[in-house]
Amino acid sequence: MKSSTQKRWGLAIAGWAVALGMFFPIWWMFLCSFKTEITAVATPPALFFHPTLENYIAVLERADYVAFARNSIVVSLGSTLLALVLAIPAAYSMAFFPTRRTRDMLLWMLSTKMLPTVGVLVPIYLLWRDLGLLDTVFGLILIDSISVLPIVVWMLFSFFREVPGVILEASRMDGATQTEELIHVLLPLCAPGIAATALLSIILCWNEAFWSLNLATVKAATLTAFTASFSSPEGLFWAKLSAASTLSIAPILIFGWMSQRQMVRGLSFGAVK
Amino acid sequence: MSGGLTAKPARHLHTSSLLAPSVAALFLWMVVPLAMTLWFSAEHYNLLNPGKTTFAGGQNYRDLLTHRALWVAMYNTLFLVGMVLAITLILGTLFSLLLEQDFPGRNICRLLVIAPFFVMPTVSALIWKNMLMNPVFGLFAWVAHSLGFSPIEFFSRMPLLSIVVIIGWEWTPFAVLILLPALHSLNREQMEAARLDGAGPIALFRHIELPHLLRPMAVVAMIEMIFFLSLFAEIYVTTGGGPGLASTNLAYLIFRDAMLAWDVGRASAGGVIAIVLANIVALFLMRVVGRNLEDLG
Repeated sequence: MKSSTQKRWGLAIAGWAVALGMFFPIWWMFLCSFKTEITAVATPPALFFHPTLENYIAVLERADYVAFARNSIVVSLGSTLLALVLAIPAAYSMAFFPTRRTRDMLLWMLSTKMLPTVGVLVPIYLLWRDLGLLDTVFGLILIDSISVLPIVVWMLFSFFREVPGVILEASRMDGATQTEELIHVLLPLCAPGIAATALLSIILCWNEAFWSLNLATVKAATLTAFTASFSSPEGLFWAKLSAASTLSIAPILIFGWMSQRQMVRGLSFGAVK
Repeated sequence: MSGGLTAKPARHLHTSSLLAPSVAALFLWMVVPLAMTLWFSAEHYNLLNPGKTTFAGGQNYRDLLTHRALWVAMYNTLFLVGMVLAITLILGTLFSLLLEQDFPGRNICRLLVIAPFFVMPTVSALIWKNMLMNPVFGLFAWVAHSLGFSPIEFFSRMPLLSIVVIIGWEWTPFAVLILLPALHSLNREQMEAARLDGAGPIALFRHIELPHLLRPMAVVAMIEMIFFLSLFAEIYVTTGGGPGLASTNLAYLIFRDAMLAWDVGRASAGGVIAIVLANIVALFLMRVVGRNLEDLG
């Protein structure tokens, strides 16, 4: 009996050590966001200090931070919406009316993700320049929605497949058209799965860095670009950067924690039931 | 799935129109830029020199392939992918085994462990670069000082390894995110039976848990590979590919050719090489994932 209590304690210590170790960098940044710029770079690092909200106030008062945040919100919500509009019908048709080609189709969609983004940086940049999409929110929405589309289709497909076909059949017997069936029966049934898919898509678009750093520099720049701009002047604005970063990651972290279970089921391509 | 069995031909006509928008979008996304990349890669085309586009044949490729930079970048790309993949899979498995155990507060621990995955890459890179690894003000420098060592200048002495650490920290949570529920779905009775037969924890892991985890591990490897082949933000924010070429991967090399030198031709040739490399990797991965779809028929 004693050894089992000991084992439990050992496990608890190991588990908490790993958890706190992994979370430490985030916590450290969070702590730093309440320091003054001088205590932020103090050696030895200040663990106890008078917390101040001045960094948050300074960040929120900066008009450009608000603009960056707005761009991030518009881009991630817009891309997710566009991706869902394209993906829901596709996933529906593949989940409920599979043909011999469905499997190949799904794999093909996934294979488009294998095309490395850098490989098409130049043509996309030039196309966006010629179409007037460079540095526009719409331009980012377009590219982000296409890059999450395969994952969104896959996730929706795996959620839709769990719905018994009989339920849809019954509504069809009642004379529902395909669109009615999709909107009134399937979507409410799969609401949690669709929500998880949407959240994952929002997370991916929110954190997307490659295209936002290369295609949007000023007007449409997102929070990713904003934080990246802090990379050169070293040691100058750590506290403010921490406050801005905390504000930028907090909503996404909470979304992620909320939807992780649902997300995993859809993301693991059938490997986790 | 079962709904399809009764579908009538007329419905199939309708369903293909449901698929069309997604397929068209992805097809355009794949074909147009790809064709343009191929086209530009055979041209002398620099944006700083407009109107002087001439046919280059294989010149861009020859320049790239005979220059050290490409090979260094290729090596760095594969090094990053290989190292981070190994780290995330090994640590992810160990952490999952640990967090699967029953101890007080394990649900909170799980949330804390997966948190780094949701942090945007530029922020992660800056936390590590400024607050932890900075040789003057960083926490690690202070720890080194207190222990009597001189602090390490991480990003100039070991740039690639520092980046590996950052990306490993970001993506180990992803492995845990997938592997932990997979472990959870393991048949408890089978484990119990094996334990009663006298199997130790190592034997249990080797013969029951590891085989059960192989498929989810393949999925983790596939998704990570997609992201790791184009790693960019972390390098952009921390080292800028330097010192020299020490932390330049293919993605960063192409970015430099395209957005700093504005050499469309060379960047495109680099892009084609990156695509070829990714396809070699993808060929092997697609097979693994395809197996998960077998039950679709």
